Amino acid sequence: MIRFRDVTKHYPRSGTALGEVSFHVRKGEFVFLTGPSGAGKTTVLRLVHMEIAPTKGDVMVSRFSSSRIRRREIPQLRRRVGFVFQDFRLLERFTAEENVAFVLQVTGASRSEIKPKVHRLLDHVGLAPRATAYPNELSGGERQRVAIARALATDPLVLLADEPTGNLDERASIGVFELVRRVNGLGTAVIFATHDATLLRRYQDVRVLELERGRLVYDSGTDAAVRPPLRRAPGAPIFELLDEKAAASRAGEGAGPTA
Amino acid sequence: MRPFREALTSLVRHPVLAVLSVTSIGLSLFVVGLFGLTAHNIASALSNVEEKVEIVAYLSDEIGEARVRLTRSEIGSFPEVLSVRYVSKTEALYNASRELTEFSDVFPDLDVNPLPASLEIRLRAGHRGPEAVSAVASRISAYDFVEDVRFGRDWVNRIHTLRRIAGGAAVILGGSFALVAMLLVGTTVRMSIHARSSEIAIMENVGATAGFIQRPFLVEGLMTGLLGGILALALTYGAYRLLDRAVLEVLWMPDGWTLAGILTGGLLGMLAAGRSVRRELRSLYAI
Ligand SMILES: Nc1ncnc2c1ncn2[C@@H]1O[C@H](COP(=O)(O)OP(=O)(O)OP(=O)(O)O)[C@@H](O)[C@H]1O
Ligand SMILES: [Mg+2]
Repeated sequence: MIRFRDVTKHYPRSGTALGEVSFHVRKGEFVFLTGPSGAGKTTVLRLVHMEIAPTKGDVMVSRFSSSRIRRREIPQLRRRVGFVFQDFRLLERFTAEENVAFVLQVTGASRSEIKPKVHRLLDHVGLAPRATAYPNELSGGERQRVAIARALATDPLVLLADEPTGNLDERASIGVFELVRRVNGLGTAVIFATHDATLLRRYQDVRVLELERGRLVYDSGTDAAVRPPLRRAPGAPIFELLDEKAAASRAGEGAGPTA
Repeated sequence: MRPFREALTSLVRHPVLAVLSVTSIGLSLFVVGLFGLTAHNIASALSNVEEKVEIVAYLSDEIGEARVRLTRSEIGSFPEVLSVRYVSKTEALYNASRELTEFSDVFPDLDVNPLPASLEIRLRAGHRGPEAVSAVASRISAYDFVEDVRFGRDWVNRIHTLRRIAGGAAVILGGSFALVAMLLVGTTVRMSIHARSSEIAIMENVGATAGFIQRPFLVEGLMTGLLGGILALALTYGAYRLLDRAVLEVLWMPDGWTLAGILTGGLLGMLAAGRSVRRELRSLYAI
């Protein structure tokens, strides 16, 4: 359903953010997209969302191809691709339910279907009791749930989550992850960008795409039966590697200022 | 309905700017309205006098009845000519004695009638402008038995010039006011767009159509303009009442003009808003 074919992306002022990346995410699949900061995770998601176009290659999402899509078709694509941000981006002057209803209003839902649908969505993300709370009255985890409900309002085929747990503590992260996983269980494909080692270690059954400096360096594969162990050929499993990095940076701090 | 509600919200959010925008459109159209009032009054005065415009051709005494009849029908067949009336020497004297009562005693004593016979020529509507009048007049003066041709060339010219000046001034002054007004409306709309940037970002994120996103701002411009138009109408009407009472009898403009004025306000507002929308939302769904 989402297919990258030799996708290269140059940003005018910072050079190559992605180089010849190819992969395929099937309908209803769940994928972790990982890699260090600056590796190109957000760039991949923005390409899927068609906020940017590839410099070379082609991004195919459902029936839309980045090389053929017309400007006025992009709204249709966006309704099929939900997007969740690390910083939530809720509208502060709207309550939780108004934030969700807003999306339905602006995408042309009929008045009568909005109210029950908002309720269903908030119920689904476990926030029905807080429906009339304003974002600043909600915890980070709760805000992210509202953001997820909002992203699901257009019944997307795929949910893109850009480090959705980046601002959350471990418990809230796991809560949000489990929610996204449940959403996936109902048929929505998910690309979950994260460099949260805890999540990666905890959910080893999830397919992992790993980027490094704009290259796709690892794909654990789609088929659970033949999935290779979560290890970087020929090195250590990814989460250990991440842990090592974290340990190294902690050690660096412990050793005092470094050059 | 939504675009109107959104537009109202925007206007209320920046009340000072909104009032400035409406006022500036109102003032610029008020200028046009005042000149329009002037032009309309001049035009109606003109058409009153123009109806009376006659070319009078004085005939030589030597001309015979037959020539007169022939000439009369010849002139009558000019396309510009509505009617030709023959005024004989006797009739001219009779008219003069009636109009100039002070001399009424003198006329019966005259042995010879000093007044010439004449043809009074009236022109069709649309041929009463200065060019048409003098063209016909010069054709008539070409007859050798026509001694003299009189027509109100000078003042007709002057009134026409006055009307043209009023029109030009309206266009220039009203136009420059309108330009300033459009800048103000454009700025107001730009502020509204900025005030809604986070909503616009969400709308773009979830796939609201570009038209849907842009419409409230165009409606905002339209409403500002229409309100300005109504303000201008009120001001112009006030000025009309004042003039009518204090100075002289003034005619109000035709309804079509006032309606056109209000719609012009709406159009100006919408054009200004369109420019801001095009600039500020240029990157909407651009990849
Ligand atoms: N709009 C942009 N203009 C120019 N360069 C950009 C832009 N966005 C990203 N980049 C560059 O492209 C590269 C990849 O960025 P990207 O945001 O995709 O990384 P990331 O994997 O999401 O990083 P992080 O984990 O920090 O969010 C980086 O070097 C970044 O500086
Ligand atoms: Mg990123």
